[in-house]
Amino acid sequence: MSSALQQVFAHPVSLKDVQTHFCPGCQHGTIHRLVAEAMDQFGVQDRTIGVASVGCSVFLYGYFDIDVVEAPHGRAPAVATGVKRACPDKFVFTYQGDGDLAAIGTSEIIHAANRGEGMTVFFVNNTTYGMTGGQMAPTTLPSQKTSTSPYGRNVANDGYPIRMAELLAQLEGVAYSARVAVNTPKNVVQAGRVVKQAFETQIQGRGFSFVEVLSACPTNWGMDPLTANARVAEEMIPYFPLATFKDTSAA
Amino acid sequence: MQKRLLVKGNEAVAMGAIEAGCRFYFGYPITPQSDIPEYISREFPKVGGTFIQAESEIASINMLLGASACGKRAMTSSSSPGISLKQEGISYMAGSELPGLIVNIARSGPGLGGIDASQSDYFQAVKGGGHGGYHTIVLAPHSVQEMYDLTMLAFDLSDRYRVPAMLLGDSVLGQMKEALIPHPYVAPADLPAKDWAVSGKAGRAQRVVKSLYLGDGELEAHNWKLHRKYQEMRERETRCETAGLDDARLLVTAFGVTARIAKTAIRMAREEGLKVGLLRPITLFPFPDKAFADATARAKRVLCFELNTGQMVEDVRLSVSRDADVFFYGRPPGAGSLPTPEELLAQIRKHYKD
Ligand SMILES: Cc1ncc(C[n+]2csc(CCOP(=O)(O)OP(=O)(O)O)c2C)c(N)n1
Ligand code: SF4
Ligand SMILES: [Mg+2]
Repeated sequence: MSSALQQVFAHPVSLKDVQTHFCPGCQHGTIHRLVAEAMDQFGVQDRTIGVASVGCSVFLYGYFDIDVVEAPHGRAPAVATGVKRACPDKFVFTYQGDGDLAAIGTSEIIHAANRGEGMTVFFVNNTTYGMTGGQMAPTTLPSQKTSTSPYGRNVANDGYPIRMAELLAQLEGVAYSARVAVNTPKNVVQAGRVVKQAFETQIQGRGFSFVEVLSACPTNWGMDPLTANARVAEEMIPYFPLATFKDTSAA
Repeated sequence: MQKRLLVKGNEAVAMGAIEAGCRFYFGYPITPQSDIPEYISREFPKVGGTFIQAESEIASINMLLGASACGKRAMTSSSSPGISLKQEGISYMAGSELPGLIVNIARSGPGLGGIDASQSDYFQAVKGGGHGGYHTIVLAPHSVQEMYDLTMLAFDLSDRYRVPAMLLGDSVLGQMKEALIPHPYVAPADLPAKDWAVSGKAGRAQRVVKSLYLGDGELEAHNWKLHRKYQEMRERETRCETAGLDDARLLVTAFGVTARIAKTAIRMAREEGLKVGLLRPITLFPFPDKAFADATARAKRVLCFELNTGQMVEDVRLSVSRDADVFFYGRPPGAGSLPTPEELLAQIRKHYKD
């Protein structure tokens, strides 16, 4: 046996070695890690500016060892537009929840995407407003019970869950749009690949890149972590298919 | 001979901003300020500036926030309804201690109101406007020349204190043409370095631009810090124009467009032998309270003119010497409500006592 041991798994340099505030079974942590791994791989930590949104991921600056600007609820793509235009040679990304991006911030995300801003957006879809206690989100599934849809989402009253990755893929300015999940080891590996594709899209200056990540929120779903994880496959993926909807590098 | 140009007030703002080194503009069309984005969209490509016509005023102010967080001189402009939409972003900028210029070429309201000159946004401008008990620096030009000069000053004050600045004009000031003598911008030598701006953490520790403070005592300490800056500005940065204070029996005060009409009325009153003085606040925040206290140590009667039903007059009352009487004359804005000099002269006669 060779005595030379090779380290194959380490804490990403771009991620601080601190305890997070995320609940047990929350997948924000996994997604943070995938983004940090890509940052390390592309060696952009020192020239990255992250834009934090308002939601359970508001402490982005507490976990990523990078420069961060905090945006008002929903406005991260507009803030990131200002940042990217002011610092075009930096790697600029936003990290937003589904309430933030697909409800209050719909206008900002669509127009940043449509302008083809050279930023990357990580969109965490957990079908609820996590931070404020589990209210209905624009991504809440039909019949899903939340604290403001106690009888289940009634599409006649509340409309339908929005598929953002598909919607944005329609826009000319978008160079890359995909949806992934982190509910199984296989999906985590695939998600990591997609995150890196999105990084590459920005680094190569090809335009706007978007990664939607399906994410479990055991706390507000009223489930234990394993049941919540199972729900991602059973209920979310059938409505929110995992796919790459646009990739201009493939053309 | 000095170069004199005949330009609109709105254009003077844009010229002053470009001269002061502003290279980032984000805005959304609204009358009566659209000459500003139109001028800038034409001139910025020649100087390497970035102009974005955003999808809304909300997006514009947040783009400004982002560019400012990178340490760039940046601005937005709008008019009253659009300024209402920007308030959340202005509050975040205030909380995040970000400089930046917000121009309000105010129009009449409430609601859609009209596009006439208005001073109804005084409270919104000087009392914070958005949530959280902050202040912005508020400068009130009353001529095309001042639209140019005060735009430059606004950038400097904003950078010095890391407090967002507002230039508060109105439809008349924005739309009228007057002679402008442009002059080169000279940056104050003692402006602090922007050692807080984000740029990627290469070679230094992480930087975070934020307004969230959750730790025990953190937010209180942060608010005390902001408060100390406002106090320092109150001590050091008030500006006003005065005339005829030495012998004045009646002190007239007005800002912006109303001050122009007041000046004519004062001249007419002087021609009648009435000893009337002028105190025109140029900084609305910080308010020139000491100037009012000093002036009313002599002139015990103050007449405040506004194009609203009484807003600045509240700050005047708080500033004058205790035994001074404060009178008010104003009209709510709307088509045809701009007072004439004769109308103001009648008020001066009414309140004058030798
Ligand atoms: C203007 C404004 N409206 C509402 C809120 C309250 N708020 C904070 S986070 C949030 C929703 C967060 O949900 P999401 O974006 O899905 O993120 P998650 O916590 O689920 O990751 C809301 C409504 C706010 N901070 N600002
Ligand atoms: S509330 Fe939900 S999204 Fe927020 S940290 Fe807990 S599990 Fe994660
Ligand atoms: Mg959510």
